[in-house]
Amino acid sequence: MKSIEELSEIRQRTLEEIKLRKDRNYTGKEKHVLVCGGTGCTSSHSMEIIKRLEEKIKEKNIQNVRVVRTGCFGLCARGPIIVVRPEDTFYAMAKVEDVDEIVEKHLVGGEIVERLLCKDIDGTAVKSLDDLNFYKKQHRVVLKNCGLIDPENIDEYIAFDGYKALEKVLTSMTPEEVIKEVSDSGLRGRGGAGFPTGRKWEFAKNSVADQKYVACNADEGDPGAFMDRSVLEGDPHSIVEAMAIAAYAIGATKGYVYVRAEYPIAVKRLQIAIDQAQEYGLLGKNIMGKGFEFDLEIRLGAGAFVCGEETALMESVEGKRGEPRPRPPFPAVKGLFGKPTLLNNVETYANITQIILNGASWFASIGTEKSKGTKVFALGGNINNVGLVEVPMGITLREIVYDIGGGIPNGRKFKAAQTGGPSGGCIPEEHLDTPIDYESLIAIGSMMGSGGLIIMDDSTCMVNLARFFLDFTVDESCGKCPPCRIGTKRMLEILEKMVAGKGQVGDVEKLEKLALNIKRSSLCGLGQTAPNPVLSTIRYFREEYDAHIKEKRCPSGECKAMTKVMIDKEKCKGCSACSRKCPVNAIQGELKQPFEIDQDKCIKCGVCIATCPFKAISRV
Amino acid sequence: MDKVKITIDGIEMEVPKTYTILDAAREANVDIPTLCHLKDINEIGACRMCIVEVEGARGFVTSCVMPVSDGMVVRTNTPAIRDARKTTLELLLSNHNRSCLTCVRSGNCELQALARKLNVEGIEFEGEKTKTSIDDLSPSIVRDNSKCILCKRCVAVCKKVQEVSAINTMNRGFKSEIGSACNKSLNDVPCSLCGQCIEACPTGALREKDATQKVWEALNNPELYVIVQTAPAVRAAIGEEFGMPIGTLATNEMVAGLKRLGFNKVFDTNTGADLTIMEEGTELIERINNNGVFPMITSCSPGWVRYAESNYPDLLDHLSSAKSPHQMFGAILKSYYAEKENIDPKKMFVVSVMPCVAKKSESEREEMEVDGVRDVDAVLTTREAARMMKEAGVDLSKIEGAPFDNPMGDASGAGAIFGTTGGVMEAALRTVKEILTGEPLDKIDFEEVRGEKGIKEATIKIGDKDIKVAIAHGLGNAKRIMDMIRDGNAPYHFVEIMACPGGCVMGGGQPICDAKTRATVDVRKLRAEALYKLDKELPIRKSHENPVIKKLYEEYLEKPGSHKAHKLLHTSYHPRHYFENE
Ligand SMILES: Cc1cc2nc3c(=O)[nH]c(=O)nc-3n(C[C@H](O)[C@H](O)[C@H](O)COP(=O)(O)O)c2cc1C
Repeated sequence: MKSIEELSEIRQRTLEEIKLRKDRNYTGKEKHVLVCGGTGCTSSHSMEIIKRLEEKIKEKNIQNVRVVRTGCFGLCARGPIIVVRPEDTFYAMAKVEDVDEIVEKHLVGGEIVERLLCKDIDGTAVKSLDDLNFYKKQHRVVLKNCGLIDPENIDEYIAFDGYKALEKVLTSMTPEEVIKEVSDSGLRGRGGAGFPTGRKWEFAKNSVADQKYVACNADEGDPGAFMDRSVLEGDPHSIVEAMAIAAYAIGATKGYVYVRAEYPIAVKRLQIAIDQAQEYGLLGKNIMGKGFEFDLEIRLGAGAFVCGEETALMESVEGKRGEPRPRPPFPAVKGLFGKPTLLNNVETYANITQIILNGASWFASIGTEKSKGTKVFALGGNINNVGLVEVPMGITLREIVYDIGGGIPNGRKFKAAQTGGPSGGCIPEEHLDTPIDYESLIAIGSMMGSGGLIIMDDSTCMVNLARFFLDFTVDESCGKCPPCRIGTKRMLEILEKMVAGKGQVGDVEKLEKLALNIKRSSLCGLGQTAPNPVLSTIRYFREEYDAHIKEKRCPSGECKAMTKVMIDKEKCKGCSACSRKCPVNAIQGELKQPFEIDQDKCIKCGVCIATCPFKAISRV
Repeated sequence: MDKVKITIDGIEMEVPKTYTILDAAREANVDIPTLCHLKDINEIGACRMCIVEVEGARGFVTSCVMPVSDGMVVRTNTPAIRDARKTTLELLLSNHNRSCLTCVRSGNCELQALARKLNVEGIEFEGEKTKTSIDDLSPSIVRDNSKCILCKRCVAVCKKVQEVSAINTMNRGFKSEIGSACNKSLNDVPCSLCGQCIEACPTGALREKDATQKVWEALNNPELYVIVQTAPAVRAAIGEEFGMPIGTLATNEMVAGLKRLGFNKVFDTNTGADLTIMEEGTELIERINNNGVFPMITSCSPGWVRYAESNYPDLLDHLSSAKSPHQMFGAILKSYYAEKENIDPKKMFVVSVMPCVAKKSESEREEMEVDGVRDVDAVLTTREAARMMKEAGVDLSKIEGAPFDNPMGDASGAGAIFGTTGGVMEAALRTVKEILTGEPLDKIDFEEVRGEKGIKEATIKIGDKDIKVAIAHGLGNAKRIMDMIRDGNAPYHFVEIMACPGGCVMGGGQPICDAKTRATVDVRKLRAEALYKLDKELPIRKSHENPVIKKLYEEYLEKPGSHKAHKLLHTSYHPRHYFENE
């Protein structure tokens, strides 16, 4: 076990070594080459880049340069990302073959490799990460260590004030004071519902039992979301430390982190962090010599969306089929193994150490009146800067889309944004200036959700979008209660009919009736929110539904079933090229006479359109 | 007890604070519909039928799991609630096969009743149905998942009461289906075939494997001499199928009804029970005198036997080798009785009416025959017997009763109480004590082995010996006893085990009571009381004093445990393995 003095000594020593990563005025000779080791960049070969960097540096016998594998920098669209500090040079989309040039030119020659510099949306190359528009409106609290430290090295975490919050709590705060600080900060749950975190801690504290648990929800089932994964990959100790603080506050001695098994890197780094914390005596008995006991265990989930719901998660941790339990009893009274349990989301926990160290009023100064702090979003879809962004609450969607996200690619127009994933709703252009906070999003029929933010351009069919999300929930419904199990299926069937051009007048009303009852009658949050994407698209894009139903037309052109592929008899020369390419033999005709497409056979694949040398075939 | 004041639909009441809203509503005679709820067994809030509005609560409240609190104002009958329940029910029906006209549970189906009660007049949201399967491979239980509403009452009973856990939900969402591990049939997993799942099922998704056709064919076959025997517990429940109150003893009506079906003879399995006591009692006395394997455990419950073979293959020598009463009786009918009456045993067809579905599987066991002649040819449950009577236009509530046929008809009171938990033990003690001490009993009733407690223990003084006994009913309780034995901590000489909680009166072949009746009426007690009453009223209450039994030994079997008795009346057990690499 390390004493507080020893930890302090480690902090000083390591900070000396790595402070150049933060210090823009550093004038020493050391350089750190930071390479993103998040899931995105890893899949585009950042590990090979690290290996090659290390080989090359050794080969050239370069002193004073260190290669560091970090967590996510956020700008995933331009991965793999390499940042050289202290000068803060930002190389994007680097390849293994580029490594030699970086080493020779930059690390040896001191000259920036211009061609590899990250380019902003307007095409200008930026020298420093700070110059990128992508980062200018961001505010990193949760992600402060991501892209800065080696997540597998506890000393680096300690260097940047790691485990200092735990030290503060154990040496100078009562559990009541900890909870008061969290309450005063105004922090609300980042897992979706936005429940005040301090209040939740208080409930758990007030439950009397021989054993209590703290748990962390890292299931992250929202399709396209990867905020929690990035925190676990880039700064796992921040979760370990926060859970220890929570355990101290509510009187728990054991914790579980529920992570989906599809997150192998996150699982590995979290396990390393737990092992290291145990080795340093930051987990286990008598932590920091203060008589506080707490230990942590990872439980792997198989990736069911419903297992992110708190009671289903607990069933799953207990080894049972992941199905929600009725509430009450609430987890704070009867949670894991029938004992009082505090469950928070990864991102919620990731704020805790900062709140303890900087104080509730510091945290409360960020954001809006009712939504304090920052929110991390996984920005995806039809947007230039796909990636991870952390913004202060209250920022507008317009700022996220255009200033941070760099706008819509391919010269297309913004149509809508989806927050809250399959439980959320769409936000149309008219609401682009809505501030992002819990209440405002609810008011316009969407929700904060856990942080998935999908941008759609004008080629997106909103009926098909609703169908897509319903398809997801039908697949992910656990099946325990009939409104969700059968009701969502019936909604999906209606939507499938619509996109196939078989919608009927009255179908929208049917959807609305089903939606209302599914929302009101379902057992858990999955069913209670499943109809939201349908309701919000009806609310804002009713005319698209009507076009599908009444005119059998898809205004965006996305619903293929509603288009016909036709040959223009005037232009067709009867060359038979299309007929030979058609995969389903739908095109017949006599040579030198206009050919014809059998609409019953046609699968609308478009091969003929591309084949025709006379541009005689088109979709109508 | 702490009480709270609440208001339900304007009715003010004071109820214990441990109540749920549903409990309170039932007390106030406010009928809240339920489908998945089985009191104390399945309280999972899944079916969404029992939703209510509570003043101040966000959204609808699930009344079957929501505890009452002081000042609570509940509304069970608002337009929104009615609308929501109806829509949910319509959704359930849209995925149900709705073959009510030809369903065995028609008229006794909670789903059907609810559809009427909620005035469902059409199904607004029709669509695809879940692809489901039928499991009819076991001799006892048929599962047709196209009728299943996934209330999971069967799963809960199997897991929480029987602690067998042979079934659970497979797949997810719209593809969900109840089934067993690796999609195996109930026949091929460690299911005891007790049939408690059938008793729990609100619909026709679970039922017994039908034997009525086979019995009709036998009755129609002029070549066959068809004998029916009825188990003790059947008479205490069959009246319910004809609208008689729970707990009605309908012995003579049942016999008359069976005669109307055309059976050549109607005999009483209670006589077989008396015979079982002679053989099993003798085995116990032998074990006591020769320091045999203890405890000895009863073997008359076939669900229990299959459970033991599946889960305690190492302890099978604890089971008495005595066959169960109806198998013994079948073997005697096709030997002693056939000889006496000069009937070719191969042309004799023996039907057992049982409160049990496991008996169907028992009667098909390889061991259950003597010299190529099966002991029993068909097993009907109480429900099936009632169905045959109805088909034949027989109404037990309006029939003139008739006595069992002789010479095999008169049984003792000891045989009668076989049908309830503790009954076999009591019957055995009456005989064993009298034989061992050689003195008549001063008291015939052994109250200490009666009652609903899951595991009952008693020490009986027999001469200078203290005989320790235990009684377990329900396989969860059986499991606890067996684990004690395995750990060497069971101090007993003799243990009675019944697979079904409450014993045969609550068997898997008995008339099915809906969830509300189960929650509000002590069905077990009423049915058991009927049998204890019968016992009290009979002139002969000890198996060894039954003149039929005495004569049988004199004329045919010589003495209990004789070579001939062993050949006809005893059996053996074998370990069961279900999964490879076990
Ligand atoms: C269907 C469903 C899925 C959910 N998935 C997640 C998830 O992946 N991660 C998460 O943190 N919370 C998820 N939640 C919310 C949790 O139930 C719970 O509210 C949350 O973990 C509490 O933590 P917080 O208060 O810190 O937000 C989900 C809820 C529902 C209804």
